[in-house]
Amino acid sequence: MTPMEKLEILTDAAKYDAACTSSGIDRKSGPGGIGNSTACGICHSFAADGRCISLLKVLFSNACIYDCEYCLNRRSNQTRRASFTPRELAELTIGFYRRNYIEGLFLSSGVIKNPDYTCEQLIETLRILREEYRFGGYIHAKAIPGADPLLLSRLGTLADRMSVNIELPSEASLHRLAPEKSRDSILRPMGLISGKIRENSTELVRYRHAPRFSPAGQSTQMIIGATPETDWQILRLTESLYQKYSLKRVFFSAYVPVNSTALLPPSNTKPPLLREHRLYQADWLLRFYGFSARELLDEEHPDFNPLIDPKCNWAIHHMEQFPVEINRAEYEMLLRVPGIGVKSARAILTARRSTALDFGDLKKLGVVLKRAQYFITCRGKALRGLYVTPDTALRNLITEQGRALLPGEQMEQLSFFDTPSLLDAKKAATLLPA
Amino acid sequence: MEKKNLAYRCDGSFHGILCCVYEIYTKKEFPACILTPESPATLYPEKWIETDKAHGERVWRSLPQKLGRQGARMVRDGYWTCVPEKELLLCRFIVKGYRYGPQISEMLADDTVNALRQALKHLYNEAHLFCGFARFSVQGQVMTGVITPKNRVLPLVKEHFCSRYPEEYFLLYDKTHREALMHQPGRGEIIPMEEFIPNAPDEVERNFRRLWKKFYDTVAIRERENPRCRMTHMPKRYWGDMTEFQEEETLVSPSLPPKEGANALPGAAR
Ligand code: SF4
Repeated sequence: MTPMEKLEILTDAAKYDAACTSSGIDRKSGPGGIGNSTACGICHSFAADGRCISLLKVLFSNACIYDCEYCLNRRSNQTRRASFTPRELAELTIGFYRRNYIEGLFLSSGVIKNPDYTCEQLIETLRILREEYRFGGYIHAKAIPGADPLLLSRLGTLADRMSVNIELPSEASLHRLAPEKSRDSILRPMGLISGKIRENSTELVRYRHAPRFSPAGQSTQMIIGATPETDWQILRLTESLYQKYSLKRVFFSAYVPVNSTALLPPSNTKPPLLREHRLYQADWLLRFYGFSARELLDEEHPDFNPLIDPKCNWAIHHMEQFPVEINRAEYEMLLRVPGIGVKSARAILTARRSTALDFGDLKKLGVVLKRAQYFITCRGKALRGLYVTPDTALRNLITEQGRALLPGEQMEQLSFFDTPSLLDAKKAATLLPA
Repeated sequence: MEKKNLAYRCDGSFHGILCCVYEIYTKKEFPACILTPESPATLYPEKWIETDKAHGERVWRSLPQKLGRQGARMVRDGYWTCVPEKELLLCRFIVKGYRYGPQISEMLADDTVNALRQALKHLYNEAHLFCGFARFSVQGQVMTGVITPKNRVLPLVKEHFCSRYPEEYFLLYDKTHREALMHQPGRGEIIPMEEFIPNAPDEVERNFRRLWKKFYDTVAIRERENPRCRMTHMPKRYWGDMTEFQEEETLVSPSLPPKEGANALPGAAR
């Protein structure tokens, strides 16, 4: 098999993994080596699906002995199989890296022979890169569940980031769709990695040259829409993963029907991209905006409103906390205003030291006034001096966001306004064009 | 300071602009516009500002004290931006900075400060993009690449590429501003260069280009296709110099006359 064919098969097999960031660590290249890393990450291209390409994302092998229902590479599928050799893959990585196609390697694999053997192949690939080529670029390695802890530790000293995919948002779903995996076989390596990372950070305080373990942290991903969990269940799980395992990122991957079996959504199902998008928005609110999952959803409201982003949705339901005065509000409260992000909240703090801000100024600071206007005052005045009810605010916010969301649907948009309450996610969902 | 119906014309260099500041201060006047050798004539009477290194240096040295380190940096980087009437904007910023002191860099609501910040944002953003979008061709020991940025990004990406490829001999050519970042182990510098024509790729290089294109095409998920999103993140003007958007013919042997349209991109990128 030619390298070209292998690359095609093993890229195709890896592409459903959502994580492709190269962020989290700053590093200069070592003597005689090649490659650096930038904490903010660098995108080298964008694929036709609009996703950033930062790393050479491939499987080491797709000849998997497991049979997960949702996966293209399951052993019962009739599909072309291929495996790299460690050296082949290392050379390909360096060749791409020199040409500035990539920031590094994202290496995952189906389980060949057994988890330990698979893990050893990944280790050998990374060893060639790190030791022979003195490669200082970014490496994300997937921990193979079930592999020996010693092997996982070794992998972690070669990689910048490690991840174990949680795959599905509940144990029951996992049991049904990935019979060879269990919650425990996934959480155990995750716990091992987070323990190692913690241990390593205290070691580093004591000996500056202690080998670093997965310095850019740990991430995971789960498939959205293949199983019946609600947004509330997913978000709560996400929150607890951040808390328990100090994960850097949780990725969501809208399920793309690759197999047709009775256990999965029918093969003509569209990937739930909007839902994935809402979850990412909520994830940002957890990580950077000081929100907790329970503030955004609960048992009574288990799903996001498809018509409006989670932060607007929260604000609309908490009108008693608004309006906030831009020239006085605390940073934490500014962050909760729709249309104000982390950057613009910081800019407000800086700019208001030298002058009292008005609405014209806010535009310069990057505030999206169209959204923020219902929730703020500047020097005590609201933008139009209007009294705004939650309902007007909501209607206007929906038009504004709806435009971006539903190209070509502007006219039909108006019909949304006839419904008495758009605050109910379930009702709103029925209004969305399929 | 008196606003005058007068145009300054300087040589457009960094020190030239600083000399305009010097003139503004010694004459206590502020020009209506500042022209460079390339700018067309205006209806204003013109005054030629000679670039005097010593005057320029004096202004430059005063900046960190008067405008603060951040303010001085905004002036220095501001010079690499492509904002229209950059010279006048920089002078305005410096004059304002002399008046308000180091807090100038925090006066985000001020129009002059805001205009400069927006220009810098564009510059930094473009520099960041080119750290990813630049493509090198490898030929034996040497690597070369060509970019067509709007802003002068080479001074900003220099450190990144030199740290990325410490052992390589490479050249990164900025076609827009006709300058090149040259690097050999231990040393990197930016030099003016009228023209740069890359050699035809050899077999190894062609093979890597094909592999990359294959990867690029395969990694996209068909069911999620989203041209608009791709365009927002990576506008068409960048595509011209990127390997993955080259037609197979140009990819394999660029010495052949390119197909109609295939080569329109690099030019259109300007
Ligand atoms: S272990 Fe399951 S998810 Fe992973 S490659 Fe094998 S079949 Fe696919």
